[in-house]
Amino acid sequence: MIEIEDLNVVFGRAERGVHAVRDLSLRVEEGESFGLVGESGSGKSTVLRAIAGLITDWNGRISVAGQPQGKRRDRHFRRQVQMVFQDPYGSLHPRHTIDRILKEPLKIHRMEASRERIVQALEEVGLDATFRFRFPHQISGGQRQRIAVARALIMEPSVLFLDEPTSALDVSIQAEILNLLARLRRERGLTYLLVSHDLAVVGHMCERLAVMRQGQVVEVLAVEQLRQSTPDHPYTRRLFQAAHGYDPAFVAQLADEALG
Amino acid sequence: MTAPTFSAPSPTGVKAWLLSDVPHTALQARCQRAYLAWCAFRGNPIAMTGLIIIAALVLGAALAPWITSGDGIAQQLSDRLLPPSAEHWLGTDQLGRDIFDRIVWGSRITLYIVGLVGVIVVPVGLIIGIVSGYVGGFVDQALMRFTDIFLAFPRLILALAFVAALGPGIENAVLAIALTTWSPYARIARAEALTIRNSEFILAARTQGASSLRIIFGHVVPLCLSSVIVRLTLDMAGIILTAAGLGFLGLGAQPPSPEWGAMISTGRQFILDQWWVPTMPGLAILTVSLGFNLLGDGLRDVLDPKSGG
Amino acid sequence: MAEPLLRVEDLHITYHTPKGPVRAVRGVSFDLGREKLGIVGESGSGKSQTGRAILRLTDRRAEVRARMLRFADIDLLSADERTLRQVRGKRISMILQDPKFSLNPVMTVGRQIDEAFLVHETASRADARQRTLEMLRAVRIRDAERVYHAYPHELSGGMGQRVMIAMMMIPKPDIIIADEPTSALDVTISLQVLAILDDMVTRLGMGLIFISHDLSLVASFCDRVLIMYAGRIVETCRASELDKARHPYTQGLLSCLPSLDQKTDRLRTLVRDPSWAEPEGTGP
Repeated sequence: MIEIEDLNVVFGRAERGVHAVRDLSLRVEEGESFGLVGESGSGKSTVLRAIAGLITDWNGRISVAGQPQGKRRDRHFRRQVQMVFQDPYGSLHPRHTIDRILKEPLKIHRMEASRERIVQALEEVGLDATFRFRFPHQISGGQRQRIAVARALIMEPSVLFLDEPTSALDVSIQAEILNLLARLRRERGLTYLLVSHDLAVVGHMCERLAVMRQGQVVEVLAVEQLRQSTPDHPYTRRLFQAAHGYDPAFVAQLADEALG
Repeated sequence: MTAPTFSAPSPTGVKAWLLSDVPHTALQARCQRAYLAWCAFRGNPIAMTGLIIIAALVLGAALAPWITSGDGIAQQLSDRLLPPSAEHWLGTDQLGRDIFDRIVWGSRITLYIVGLVGVIVVPVGLIIGIVSGYVGGFVDQALMRFTDIFLAFPRLILALAFVAALGPGIENAVLAIALTTWSPYARIARAEALTIRNSEFILAARTQGASSLRIIFGHVVPLCLSSVIVRLTLDMAGIILTAAGLGFLGLGAQPPSPEWGAMISTGRQFILDQWWVPTMPGLAILTVSLGFNLLGDGLRDVLDPKSGG
Repeated sequence: MAEPLLRVEDLHITYHTPKGPVRAVRGVSFDLGREKLGIVGESGSGKSQTGRAILRLTDRRAEVRARMLRFADIDLLSADERTLRQVRGKRISMILQDPKFSLNPVMTVGRQIDEAFLVHETASRADARQRTLEMLRAVRIRDAERVYHAYPHELSGGMGQRVMIAMMMIPKPDIIIADEPTSALDVTISLQVLAILDDMVTRLGMGLIFISHDLSLVASFCDRVLIMYAGRIVETCRASELDKARHPYTQGLLSCLPSLDQKTDRLRTLVRDPSWAEPEGTGP
């Protein structure tokens, strides 16, 4: 479904620029849920945005559903591939009502924007018609993220990009949103590309994952392999262990490496 | 978030419609927002003072034929230079015209000038600024250099030059003022657009396939509008003073038009013995400028939640 | 048990809004000894407010009431501003979430730490500089001289947080209140920062209040844990005994976390029982 070869993203001028992504190659199969894990500065969000056509300073080959992609994305792509962002408040326009936010993609693609369609979209994500004319600041973070998901799915795409979709939410709300995303994926046969710094979230949602560090893919492995704690790369092992909480012995080991 | 516990008496009728938790139409949602903004505004005494002054100005201008005793233009030489009294509330000028009448009729001119300037300046500044900020690159550079040219000239001087070239008269004065006033608005709009451009909701709109036009008009303009409006109200005082300045120099509204600046100009020779002749229009300018400033401050507190508690 | 460093009894924080009173903290009581105490809660639970109330740094609009708010022999509730200023920073310090917002962006790091020292002790600038460099090395910053002359924006998140710790530790306080100190950091960096905190707290015999939304992190780092919900403490237990938690909210929080070790199809979600927001035994 998604094929990336030798992707390089450099921000700024070539010599003094930031090489955010280096020689990255990935394959995501149709219907798969694939995770991109890394710490800050690993370039994971940048990869997502490059595929989505939100940034143009890249070179390499990107192909989605068999179609090679250039700097711009056409309308067909926009219907097929949608995105959910991290900040639930930031991704909804503060002055638009929920109704307008949900109608916008339908209007852009000249699809029918009826009341029934909007209410159906709301119900799919566990909300109801009373939310139609509220403003984003009047609803909670979890509810806003549900609206973001509803907006992404209202055009019936086949691929969903998720950029840290639950990082800004409380743990109990995160569980609800993750369950919602899993259910929708099952029901609609979607392909997910999930970016997160939280290994546990990726472990729960995805079948395979790629670990990124400083713009490069360190390892691609199946979640099962991660679970049985047999990742090949020491960095992956380190991330895995760090995700289990504070352990003085483990941290002492970390401290020996460059702290800076 | 845990729900706050509070109890309040339940309202009925229009108020219930305005305060209800679940709006049923887009119109209701917008009215609710406006109502809440109004409540916030109402709680600010300074803002309310400004609003009252401007409301009085507008009302006075609208009701001019009914609250004045004449048209402020007809001369009555037997009544020249009378001090303020019960019959002539603000006295009479050197041609026997009632000053109160002239000020009220002159308020129409003032409103005409500021209204027209606002209507020209806001859209022009917004469009140039937002396109510049959102599109960036060469377009940004070109538009901003164009804006800089206008920004570099001192307002009154440029206005004088325009009026000198185009001839005196109120429309030319308006055009001259507008030409010298629009550039800061473009700058403000551009600064806002630059910040908004990287917001996630703009990214979201782009991933949906929204065109730049749709994003600019549907997403960016509504957010830039409030800071531009606030700036306009705060600028009003300056616009009024520039118009008065032009009128003072005889380049704005022509006699016998009761334009406040012209009134000060023709009245200044009487300032020592018949102080009311130039002072009353001066006070009118002061009050209205103050009113706009206070209104602008209040609007900013309501529309820009970042400044203030 | 030794005399606790801090005693909080029946703390209430109420905001008076135009729509009515909002009770952010409702009757919180706990003691702090020379230990690491974690306060865990979701947003709106009142945990940050509690932390700030100890230093009397809550918002001006908030009303703070308590039966007792005592630090060592000082009654924080009735203390005047002067006494409070001597307590803040010198005897009770606070570390916040994002060092970028807590450090002055136009002053070098070294100068800021010097100032933190000189506010509470009379010493020469040279002495202060010495102490600062020592402190920077104590938080495992290798190139202390370079960092001394750097500006906050030149530091990475983890480095900035260590600088914050250095700044807060320099007057050798008795209690540190850390409000989400590692939430903005990568996991591996935050573990290292915690190790430094752990080391200093243990060596200097301080009390630490660790406020966080991350239950598993707090459980692995702290000695005791308080769970807050809707302004109340719903559970208190030793960190090692968290799996034996009795309150359904705690159990719910633990079970709704995605686990790395086990595959689950569906995460358990929390069903909020309104009775959790009520006190045990009704009453005003």
